[in-house]
Amino acid sequence: MSVSPAVPSTDATQPQRSWYKRNEIAITPWLFLLPAMLFFAVYVIIPIGQSFWISLHDWDGLGEKTWVGTANYERLLGIGDQNIDRKFEVSFWNNLRWLVLYLLAIPAGLFIALFLNQTVTGIRLYKSLFFFPFVISQVVVGLVFSWFYLPNDGLFDVITGWFGIDIRGGVLGNPNTATYGIIAAGLWPQTAYCMILYLTGLNAVDPEQVEAARLDGAKGRKMLWYVILPQLKPATFIAFVVTIIGALRSFDLISVMTNGGPFGSTRVLSFYMFEESLSEFGFRMGYGAAIAVVLFFIMLGFIVYFLWSMYQDEKGAR
Amino acid sequence: MHSILKTSLAAFVAAGVSATAAFADAHASLSGDLRIISDMSNPAPRAVMEGMVADFGALHPDLNVELTIVDREAWKTQIRNALGANPPDVVNWYAANRMRPYVDAGLFADISDLWAEPEFEALASTKGAMTLDDKQWGVPYTYYQWGVYYRKDIFDQFGLSEPTTWEEEMANCQTLLDNGVKCYTIGTKFLWTAGGWFDYINSRTNGYDFHMELARGEVPWTDDRVRQTFANWRQLIDMGAFIDDHQNFSWQEALPFMLNGDAAAYLMGNFAVAAMRDGGLTDDQLDFYQFPVINPDVDYAEDAPTDTFHIASGAQNMDAAKEFLRFVTSADVQTKINGGDALGQLPVNANASIDADKFLEQGFDMLSNNAGGGIMQFFDRDFDAEMASVGMEGLQEFMVFPDNLDDILERLEETRQRIYQ
Repeated sequence: MSVSPAVPSTDATQPQRSWYKRNEIAITPWLFLLPAMLFFAVYVIIPIGQSFWISLHDWDGLGEKTWVGTANYERLLGIGDQNIDRKFEVSFWNNLRWLVLYLLAIPAGLFIALFLNQTVTGIRLYKSLFFFPFVISQVVVGLVFSWFYLPNDGLFDVITGWFGIDIRGGVLGNPNTATYGIIAAGLWPQTAYCMILYLTGLNAVDPEQVEAARLDGAKGRKMLWYVILPQLKPATFIAFVVTIIGALRSFDLISVMTNGGPFGSTRVLSFYMFEESLSEFGFRMGYGAAIAVVLFFIMLGFIVYFLWSMYQDEKGAR
Repeated sequence: MHSILKTSLAAFVAAGVSATAAFADAHASLSGDLRIISDMSNPAPRAVMEGMVADFGALHPDLNVELTIVDREAWKTQIRNALGANPPDVVNWYAANRMRPYVDAGLFADISDLWAEPEFEALASTKGAMTLDDKQWGVPYTYYQWGVYYRKDIFDQFGLSEPTTWEEEMANCQTLLDNGVKCYTIGTKFLWTAGGWFDYINSRTNGYDFHMELARGEVPWTDDRVRQTFANWRQLIDMGAFIDDHQNFSWQEALPFMLNGDAAAYLMGNFAVAAMRDGGLTDDQLDFYQFPVINPDVDYAEDAPTDTFHIASGAQNMDAAKEFLRFVTSADVQTKINGGDALGQLPVNANASIDADKFLEQGFDMLSNNAGGGIMQFFDRDFDAEMASVGMEGLQEFMVFPDNLDDILERLEETRQRIYQ
């Protein structure tokens, strides 16, 4: 082990490699992620924090913010000696109605997809006709349905008239039926969306498994339940996600069809938030932000569930 | 050669411009940019606004006037952002309490000095509506009366005459209903139309002063006098005076009921006349009467909303903006823009003349001679914004389910206590 200084060390080139080269493997993924993370922070994470911050203030959007602590939440939820905000209560229950009834789009979409998944002349045309409501704007859907529901002249009123049913004030004018009327309008495009998801899912169903099941004597409902549906699980998951999200952001239909009325009976949280903070008589930013935070926590429940099930799937795939 | 030509041309143009400028304006010559955002987006008002800007520009050739016209409904939510960052010089808005948020936030410029000028004495009738905290924050350019527009031919058919008292009103209505005609059409989908009914019945029952006390939040909604207003209103509702299912319609969608003769009258602002004429009603078929007396002890008070111009506090060209406000309030301009072929409304300037139109003449006569109680701006301009939105929702509910009154009043009272604490 004699040292011979005359011979230059081969290691001498090592320190000359740049810092980046040395850490390339560790850093590159972060570099690729950086733009996305930056935008996600600026447009999503920071605004969430700001909303939460604003919700602790009384603010008209222009002047100085006044710190009020949790007073907005207390008024919203009726903590202390005040009554629960009735508009909030109505909006909350309407949100639940939307969440539950909107899920009908999934079985309806599945049924139509199964029905259309055959080779008949012109099937492409039929498929596009069924898909049509998803292509047109929600505003147009809302307008069409509000004409459909018109008292006296609307087609719906004429049809119910044959059965001797008369809804007082029309579907959208009666506080007991208005929300259901809007949900029905929303189901029309949402069903089309679920149908498309299932149609693409059905393309991926393994014909050999179907063949094998058929040899084993499976058909009809059993075939659907034990063979087809399990293979459609990814499609069902996506359909579930988009439907829940669709139900929670049901804003445009309400705005077009009833504008929250009659007497505020069709409000949902997102609409109430808009009304409080941004509408003609609004500009109570703090209170609107408090509603947004509540809505955020409701959504967070679903988001956590989605993330958790995706994580489980990835773990299973590994 | 080319450059010589260009220079001489430029010199010639410059000389021409300065010459016209010198001749055109006896006041201080204005220069720079004047930025105006207007909400006069309907076809007729839009033409008026564009014409006004062109005329003003012709008076001040050095001034570059930039006009942006925004949709009228959209402007109600956009004005905040517009005034907040890079504000224009002049904007459109409304009188009375609707100015409050922008005054409080310091976004409207105080123009009390303008109101102190002698020319502004001609606008004295609306000075109160433009005043908050003892200062003036804008100028009016037009206003219009509210009242009952009715089908004269239907009234004649059943031998009815214009009612002046509540008893006559009820009797008229009963006759109409017996003949299968609704007394009133109304569309309450966007709520404010119900506010007009409340303004009238409340001020006719309890007087202007009480109405304004209620607007300022000094009287509880559960007060017996308020209940009396609703009791009077309910008489009409219970006899079925209003068209059915009105919560489904906008005010325009409620018009066909009157045009087709299914309803005989409409409590509305004068802006509805144009729509009724477009719908095919002639001036022989259409007429106007003042809302009848309910309580003979109180004087007439009338809804006459005023539309206004304001200067943003962040205005870049304050001189030009003030000059524009002087321009729009001058008698000549007010006469011109409010004419039947323009806005078709009433000029605010006392020296302006009113166009020969039977509704404008009747309206002006009513407001000048028969509105001793006072002039209301309208439910959503007199009441605090939040109170107005909760209130109008309650009014709509009352019109559909009058039995819910106690619950509605309690809700309104809860809101009042929170807002005006």
